[in-house]
Amino acid sequence: MDNGFLDAFRMLARFDPDLVEIILLSIKVSFSAVAVALLLALPFGALLATWPFPGRRALVVLVNALMGLPPVVVGLGLYLLFSHRGALGVLEFLYTPTAMIVAQTVLVFPIAASLSRQVFVDLHAQYDEMLRSLGANKWQILLTVFWEARRSLLTVALAGMGRALSEVGAVMIVGGNIDHVTRVMTTAIALETSKGSLAFAMALGIVLLALSVIVNAAVSFLRTDNGGAVHV
Amino acid sequence: MSEPKIIPLHSLSATDTPDVVLRLSDVTYTRRDEKLLDCVSFDIPSDGMTAILGPNGAGKTLTLRVIAGLIAPDSGRIDMADGLKDNMALVFQTPVLLRRSARANLIHALKIARVPRRLRPRQADELLALADLLDLADRPACALSGGEQQRLSIVRALAREPRVLLLDEPTASLDPRSTAAIERLARRTMRLGTKVIFVTHDWAQAKRLASGVIFLHRGQVTEVTRAPQFFDDPQSRAARCYKLGRLIP
Repeated sequence: MDNGFLDAFRMLARFDPDLVEIILLSIKVSFSAVAVALLLALPFGALLATWPFPGRRALVVLVNALMGLPPVVVGLGLYLLFSHRGALGVLEFLYTPTAMIVAQTVLVFPIAASLSRQVFVDLHAQYDEMLRSLGANKWQILLTVFWEARRSLLTVALAGMGRALSEVGAVMIVGGNIDHVTRVMTTAIALETSKGSLAFAMALGIVLLALSVIVNAAVSFLRTDNGGAVHV
Repeated sequence: MSEPKIIPLHSLSATDTPDVVLRLSDVTYTRRDEKLLDCVSFDIPSDGMTAILGPNGAGKTLTLRVIAGLIAPDSGRIDMADGLKDNMALVFQTPVLLRRSARANLIHALKIARVPRRLRPRQADELLALADLLDLADRPACALSGGEQQRLSIVRALAREPRVLLLDEPTASLDPRSTAAIERLARRTMRLGTKVIFVTHDWAQAKRLASGVIFLHRGQVTEVTRAPQFFDDPQSRAARCYKLGRLIP
């Protein structure tokens, strides 16, 4: 065990090429997934917060419930969708990083939509009447609320990044954990541990832990820097 | 969040009522079987400052919000001078400011008012000067004192050059010095040609500022009159009791 730790740090210190490749792919997949999820979730969250329409309350309950979506269920659903006989089999996404990005996007979307909705609800309640009294139209109100929410939305993004980076079940199913193709940190840790290659798994675990700490420290910094005015 | 209803607005006839900028006729607003505004009717002249005075819970703020178009009454009629609907600004009792500097708050208001970009910094500084806030222009708005925030809110409302400025208890919970500064700003605003309608429960403040008074009690108008007459000899029993600091029956 002690030697495993030492070996893990040695691998990190010499920038082991396999290790670096897996880390970079993990960051690329998770970053892309969070970017796509935010692109879809923020307007959706704003819509849920500010536009009244029939069934909105039910949709809010659904989105909140999906925050706890089991990753393996998402993985299974996408597997069926992307497999050769699936509805989207023609895209040939299965066992590619694209499929992993889609899986993580599906997992991050409800988190980003639900948290951002709450941010927009609070700020809209705070600013709507004031901006209307100044003569602002709906579009101007929405843009102003977006801008005022930017810090809180960054926190939402970081929360999504945390979820994406630590996810294993879905990417394992749709990515297949193929060496040099779809192997990311979480799936590699699972595999190397089962093989008994603890040093490699621990090196990845250290990096994953470090990334998690960085993300959480950033969230904590933003909360403090904003005078406690963050809405998530 | 439900969409506000559209208030039935009508244009005042300039020939019939040349001195009236705003008229409420039988405006009623009911919530949970309680009439918060009960057939409220009054004319507001186009000049000077008009105080909407009354005890807490009289319906003063509600009346102001109805005038501003933020709340739709259940029934009644609101007549406004031509173009006034889009030419009013409301300042809330508690300042609501954006999380940016004092100057940036004004520049944002000027942007909403469609002032050309190149003119905004200069106009923002003029408004800051009007509120004696030029020295604090770059300070975050949330770091200003309560009185400074309220002054900033008032000049921000002036960014759209409103014909009518609505002030909802602008000095509530402010110290005498800040109150004096707000009242000074209100007078300056009036002298610049803007009609000021303000809500207050402060008898002395209404006496200092108002040229006309509308007294409200339990959602009903009990008196609409010129200020000197009102403060010398209020006609309604509710206003007389209020003047003497007695409980209004």
